[in-house]
Amino acid sequence: MEAEANSGSPEDSWAFIQRPGEGCRTVPLAGHVGFDSLPDQLVNQSISQGFCFNILCVGETGLGKSTLMDTLFNTKFEGEPATHTQPGVQLQSNTYDLQESNVGLKLTIVSTVGFGDQINKEDSYRPIVEFIDAQFEAYLQEELKIRRLLHNYHDSRIHACLYFIAPTGHSLKSLDLVTMKKLDSKVNVIPIIAKSDAISKSELTKFKIKITSELVSNGVQIYQFPMDDEAVAEVNGTMNAHLPFAVIGSTEELKIGNKMVKVRQYPWGTVQVENEAHCDFVKLREMLIRVNMEDLREQTHSRHYELYRRCKLEEMGFKDTDPDSKPFSLQETYEAKRNEFLGELQKKEEEMRQMFVQRVKEKEAELKEAEKELHEKFDRLKKLHQDEKKKLEDKKKSLDDEVNAFKQRKTAAELLQSQGSQAGGSQTLKRDKEKKKTREEKSISDGTCTTPGKHPVVPCALVVCAV
Amino acid sequence: MKKRQKKNGGSPMDPLRQSPSRSSSRASSPRTLPCEMLGYVGIEAVLDQLKIKAMKMGFEFNIMVVGQSGLGKSTMVNTLFKSKMWKSTMPGLGVPTPQTLQLQSVTHVIEESGVKLKLTVTDTPGFGDQINNDKCWDPILGYINEQYEHYLQEEILITRQRHIPDTRVHCCVYFVPPTGHWLRPLDIEFLQRLCRTVNVVPVIARADSLTIEEREAFRHRIQENLKTHGIEVYPQKCFDEDINDKILNSKIRDFEYSSLCYTERIPFAVVGADREHIVNGRCVLGRKTKWGIIEVENMAHCEFPLLRDLLIRSHLQDLKDITHNVHYENYRIFRLNESHVLPRGPGWVNLAPAPASVPAPAGPQANPSPPKVGGWAKDNSDEEC
Repeated sequence: MEAEANSGSPEDSWAFIQRPGEGCRTVPLAGHVGFDSLPDQLVNQSISQGFCFNILCVGETGLGKSTLMDTLFNTKFEGEPATHTQPGVQLQSNTYDLQESNVGLKLTIVSTVGFGDQINKEDSYRPIVEFIDAQFEAYLQEELKIRRLLHNYHDSRIHACLYFIAPTGHSLKSLDLVTMKKLDSKVNVIPIIAKSDAISKSELTKFKIKITSELVSNGVQIYQFPMDDEAVAEVNGTMNAHLPFAVIGSTEELKIGNKMVKVRQYPWGTVQVENEAHCDFVKLREMLIRVNMEDLREQTHSRHYELYRRCKLEEMGFKDTDPDSKPFSLQETYEAKRNEFLGELQKKEEEMRQMFVQRVKEKEAELKEAEKELHEKFDRLKKLHQDEKKKLEDKKKSLDDEVNAFKQRKTAAELLQSQGSQAGGSQTLKRDKEKKKTREEKSISDGTCTTPGKHPVVPCALVVCAV
Repeated sequence: MKKRQKKNGGSPMDPLRQSPSRSSSRASSPRTLPCEMLGYVGIEAVLDQLKIKAMKMGFEFNIMVVGQSGLGKSTMVNTLFKSKMWKSTMPGLGVPTPQTLQLQSVTHVIEESGVKLKLTVTDTPGFGDQINNDKCWDPILGYINEQYEHYLQEEILITRQRHIPDTRVHCCVYFVPPTGHWLRPLDIEFLQRLCRTVNVVPVIARADSLTIEEREAFRHRIQENLKTHGIEVYPQKCFDEDINDKILNSKIRDFEYSSLCYTERIPFAVVGADREHIVNGRCVLGRKTKWGIIEVENMAHCEFPLLRDLLIRSHLQDLKDITHNVHYENYRIFRLNESHVLPRGPGWVNLAPAPASVPAPAGPQANPSPPKVGGWAKDNSDEEC
């Protein structure tokens, strides 16, 4: 095979020709080169890097999510069963380090707590969708950073979502349908029938058919095991037909034959978890872990994450081509956005400042008004006060005058009386006069003390008349 | 079940150069709990899944050979990959020496035991051949950066491809002429600039013109030169501890060389040959001379097996990883930090003269002074591109 060597165009001082991909030829090798160790090199690098797998378990409380996880991974993850009294749906996430021979797996199990327990379940799906989006967002942020550490990044995106269906035997609940519909575009959804030892075999087949038909008629896209690789296509194909898997979880062990198996014991019999005739647990474990773990991760990264990224970036206003259909640069868009944003900020600042100034003016005017009113009031009151004072003084004056007048008349009367008594007055008359006098004096003194307005002159007048 | 020992991440030489992910340097959050599994779960089946996926997708490798003409670059490539990648160029009478540096690339797909490898070899005829070799590294640097640029453009698209075609140069093999004395100024200049952008593996070309003692002396002098000028060639020292670990754990190693062996013996003294001769009844690749046959694959004669093992059998993936995690990231940081417009259409980046406030591009080794580091940017704008 001859190599092709073209010379570059004269105007370039260097030229790169024949981009890879065009006109690649297959060249036969004359001996053992040794790059067939490449897959092993890749695998070794992955081993030292470690693997990450994140499972989300969605299902109502009490459907055996934690037990199934324990059974799947052959260990006891710590945790306590949740109560039914949660006010809203929350997600609990736990990370575990598992090691098997030389493979290290960082397993994260996220479980919904309180799903399906509320009376109003309209918003039950929301926390789950938000959680999944938050993981995508974190990855996107890391990817968009200038200085990023992607190879060290602990990938927290959900790779598989196990949806636990209650074993009613009839059909899917509307909560299930709604939740699965919301989740199917964001994560690989694998529905499973939980606690399937509550359903008999015949009911189970009908149940599965009903579930699949409901999912199809509602347009819910559940995860299909990949069939493009010949090695696993057959296995995956048969498994696809068994979806959704009916599983039982248990951590109790019993010696059957000569080995320990996981069982659930009932008075009427013993259900073996790993017996294919009893339930589909083995199929689930095969599919989830032993055959398709890598595919689940890849689907999450290349399909779900890319979709999220595309939507997010488009939302932020980035485009791939501008109206002239020339490729846009991220840089330019960033700058344009930034300038726009700063401009908006400035405008808002201006607005706020103007509003503030206006308010201050208004307040000032109001205060001035109030001040003016107060002044007027004060003046008025002052005037009133003065008028009253004057009136009172006048009254007092007139009263004083009357008192003086009375006193004068009194002395005059006394003079007259003394003259009369000298003429040969009667004692009784004197006594009467004295009595009257004392009464008058008393009344006068009383009058002058208490009521200056009263006329003490009246008894005086009587006395004068009597005289 | 083993309890995993937590290894620390590779020593950070400086914040710009992060060691790649070879050691388990994942940040373990405080909530991570180690768990013992009581039975076999089957997690290690994921390795097989990985292998299947990798074999289906195939591998890519881009290698660049740099050196003056007549040093046996084309022959070396042919010997490395045991196939006729290039027609061995012989300076014929009618072929004029190229006046300017031209890069030529060929791509081939080679397959071995079901593993497909898309190999791209870039040659640089005309390098160092002129009388005035000033700035002859610029086209090469430009080419390398252009590949990074392509990849970056693909990566920042909104709708991007599932598998971005990787045309970045993973390894640059630099051929040092066997003068036996020191590294020439041209070599030093070139290596200084290139070791920051790409993995450089220097080799002593045409080593059959040196005796073994001369070879060792030459090698030592070259190593001293490299150290003096702060040139870090592959395998870079800052990643050494990971390589040692990797070798201990590796299952594919069927030969006894350790990385210490590598770093002590770089640059390798190699001889290339694509003709076969009969020696002691065996058919070997070699060069036939009047005084004997130099066997290419004989460790006593030359160190070609070392080079081949380093490049292909054990460190190919590592080369790609370092390119992706270190060199490409450095380029990306530099690119996103500057506020110039990204190019539209083909052609090299039109960099305006960098203002004083632009931070110097990623250049952790302080020995090349800052004007040089930013220099290539300025030089490019001067050159007609």
